[in-house]
Amino acid sequence: MKKKITIALAGNPNAGKSTVFNAITGARQHIANYPGVTVEKKYGSVDHKGYRIEVVDLPGTYSLTAYSLEELVARNFLINDRPDLVVDIVDASNLDRNLYLTIQLKEMGVPLLIGLNMVDIAKSRGIIIDHEQLSSLLGVPVVPMVARSNKGTDELLDKIVELVSNPREWQPAKISYGLDIDRAIDEIESIIKASNIIDEKYPARWLALKCLEGDEQVFASLEKDPDLSKKVRAITQRVIKHTLSTLEEDPEGVIADHRYGYLTGITKSTLKRQIQSRLNMSDKIDKVMTNRILGPILMVMILYGMYLFTFSASEAPIHWLDMLFSKLKVIICTVVPKGHLQSLIMSGIVDGVGSVLGFVPIIMFMFFAIAIIEDSGYMARIAFMLDRVLRWFGLHGNSVISLIISGGISGGCAVPGIMATRTLRDPKERIATLLVIPFMNCGAKLPVYAVLITVFFSKNQTTMMFLLTIISWIFALFAAKLLRLTVLKGSQTPFVMELPPYRLPTLKGVCIHTWERTFQYIKKAGTIILGLSILLWAMMTFPQLPANQIRAFENQKNRINRMILHSPALKKYIKDSKDLRQIDRLYATYVQTVTKKDKKLITKLKKSRFFPLLKAIYTTDRNKMDSPRGYNSDTTIPESITGHIKDELSKAAHEYIRYKQMEEKIDAAQRQAALKHTVAGWLGQKLEFFTRPLGFDYRTDIALVGGFAAKEVILSTLGTAYSLSDSIVNQSKSLSKRLTTDPSWTPLKAFTLIIFIMLYVPCIATLASIRKETSWNWVWFSICFNLTVAYTVSLIISQGGRIAGM
Amino acid sequence: MKKIIPMRKMLNNQDGIIKKVSATGEMGRRIREMGLVPDTEIHVQGRAPLKDPVAIKVRDCVLTLRNNEANFIQVEIDFPDTPEKNTK
Ligand SMILES: Nc1nc2c(ncn2[C@@H]2O[C@H](COP(=O)(O)OP(=O)(O)OP(=O)(O)O)[C@@H](O)[C@H]2O)c(=O)[nH]1
Ligand SMILES: [Mg+2]
Repeated sequence: MKKKITIALAGNPNAGKSTVFNAITGARQHIANYPGVTVEKKYGSVDHKGYRIEVVDLPGTYSLTAYSLEELVARNFLINDRPDLVVDIVDASNLDRNLYLTIQLKEMGVPLLIGLNMVDIAKSRGIIIDHEQLSSLLGVPVVPMVARSNKGTDELLDKIVELVSNPREWQPAKISYGLDIDRAIDEIESIIKASNIIDEKYPARWLALKCLEGDEQVFASLEKDPDLSKKVRAITQRVIKHTLSTLEEDPEGVIADHRYGYLTGITKSTLKRQIQSRLNMSDKIDKVMTNRILGPILMVMILYGMYLFTFSASEAPIHWLDMLFSKLKVIICTVVPKGHLQSLIMSGIVDGVGSVLGFVPIIMFMFFAIAIIEDSGYMARIAFMLDRVLRWFGLHGNSVISLIISGGISGGCAVPGIMATRTLRDPKERIATLLVIPFMNCGAKLPVYAVLITVFFSKNQTTMMFLLTIISWIFALFAAKLLRLTVLKGSQTPFVMELPPYRLPTLKGVCIHTWERTFQYIKKAGTIILGLSILLWAMMTFPQLPANQIRAFENQKNRINRMILHSPALKKYIKDSKDLRQIDRLYATYVQTVTKKDKKLITKLKKSRFFPLLKAIYTTDRNKMDSPRGYNSDTTIPESITGHIKDELSKAAHEYIRYKQMEEKIDAAQRQAALKHTVAGWLGQKLEFFTRPLGFDYRTDIALVGGFAAKEVILSTLGTAYSLSDSIVNQSKSLSKRLTTDPSWTPLKAFTLIIFIMLYVPCIATLASIRKETSWNWVWFSICFNLTVAYTVSLIISQGGRIAGM
Repeated sequence: MKKIIPMRKMLNNQDGIIKKVSATGEMGRRIREMGLVPDTEIHVQGRAPLKDPVAIKVRDCVLTLRNNEANFIQVEIDFPDTPEKNTK
């Protein structure tokens, strides 16, 4: 049987831990060229030389204090789970800073192995590290490696197995921090050792050191023995006073200074610089990219380029998907008999899920573009350049990254955006960012905007889209400011951040990145949205109208049919109800053949005795639609037909259309009555009371309720609510046509709705992520806050617009 | 001649050696763990377009600090290189 061992990968952020993890376990972990990507620990395993090695990828940390989540995760794992070996991934191109963590691991006493990663980069900068010397000075085995190209990973595994087969005790390293502190550490160590309250897991010397560093978590664990804790606190107070008076630093600072002093000694004798040049490639690029004048210009150009790329690249695939879904609908129409089942599959499943999947290309290309700028290191520069601006709003330079992922350039998704807030250190900044993320124009909101913009602002489509992006940023930033002045008041965290060197993104890295985020979006379609679409469909279908009401509508329709049969103008063409039904059916086919230019069908239709009438109806109907001022009967009938036959045909066509329009009206009334009777209709009507000042009727409200579940659903729900299928001409008018002709829809109403959709409640998937990252309280807060903002702003727009006479 | 000034007052592309870090608590911790401790050589790479934060090169990597943090770091520089009128 294989022996099971656990190793942990620790190291600085961006040192390549996840790359090593992926290289040795074959997993596909998210890696990115900015610090702080992995925040939770991730597990994987690999078999090597008779061992089953469980590998844990820890979040990157600079030290092991108790002041940030990642450091606590890493540190608690090391202490509580006691891995057999800790592999410290050290970035060779940045040795000093990386060894600072190594020293702290040594202080803890964990069994240690150093993976000296990125030697390729170090070499290219003229840095040569004598790893044997390093190993002997530190007393820790060192394996040089280039994780990205899989070099040294086998050696690393060999070394792991070798070290694990001769296990040794934890040995906290003794490093000198100056006489006073050393003495205090000895003192505290012996006091702790003398008492029995501390779990053996914790090395006493390490605890003593942490006490002097003012570590509250350690103090809290000593609290179990009040006597002990009092003694320890007295000693630390004494040391603090002493160092403050003699060195003007707190012990924590003194300890840090000594650690660096110690390791500077080590690196001096192990590291050789061949080139003494000040500026490496990355620095030279930065001279241009973050230049005072060029920097912002380039940034705007790059962001605009991402926007262009996303929308031009996704145009074709979106079109394909669209065709695919309409094909699917046609197939379902023919295979599944008319009725509830068909309606469920069509509007419940295909429309709902289709609306999500249909927009996958935009999301995917946007994430692809984002992945490239992240992995190249440029994203960190954006954060750097914009920090000053964002700070004014109480946010952090890194907030930009989250906002862009969530749709800051339009087209993105809030769920990965919320995950990206993890790179923010300060909890208040982080929550503020999290709460304004839903204001961004994510990929799901775009289709609704698109329809409303094409219908009401067709002249300035691009300007309008751009305006909406700007508006969403304005709201997000000012909302953040508001939050930071009220519920999230507090000082800002230090922004000591690393600017990672520019690196050429790898295709594999970018693809993993893109896929991971896109998949989160697709997953929504299969789970939340599928369920919700079905629920919404049911809500919009049941309960049905009572039988007597349905009968009343049917009676009205039957009366019209009778009127058709008795109409003198139609008598010649339609003899009985069988003829009528056939004409209705044939006309549907006719319209289809004309629009699709299907020659075979046309010749078939031409044989029918109804053909002249069908043609007349079609031309008349077309003319009526095209010229709103009425039509000239002379032009409606095909030229080949003349004389009184022409008159007769024309009259008959007119009669047919007139009756069918009456029927359509009744149909529409029935559908309205039916919708109002359903659960959704009831809810919408109740909500109408609140939304009337905004100009939204119950049908819009239903769509908005659906959008609470997922923004993608708004459009399809609106379509169903306004549905006007199977009319006289038997062509389902699209939603946009319907909105154009509906007098209650004005550009003002459309704009109000757009803004409302931009700002109102986050979708369920987003709320779930907010819950995961914070607490239920913030979820409720987010719902109420967004609703309030959306309602207030929309009210101002709609009432203001009305007063301004729009 | 040598002179000690706060890091914030350093000019772009200027070199210096950290002499003192007076920040304590969270800020002190963050500054120190990134390697900004006494006797470290630094080089000011440049500043963001709005003059804040400042990017400095320390121990082979580039760090960014906000001006109010740079205030807590005292740096020794060569005197003639910083005529007073050029600093802000
Ligand atoms: N040239 C080179 N690049 C590397 C090497 N190892 C990793 N990288 C790159 O370094 C960057 C950071 O890698 P990650 O694996 O995400 O780093 P991490 O330590 O997991 O970072 P956090 O999760 O943020 O703590 C990525 O862009 C990698 O492609 C290497 O050996 N050589
Ligand atoms: Mg990682």
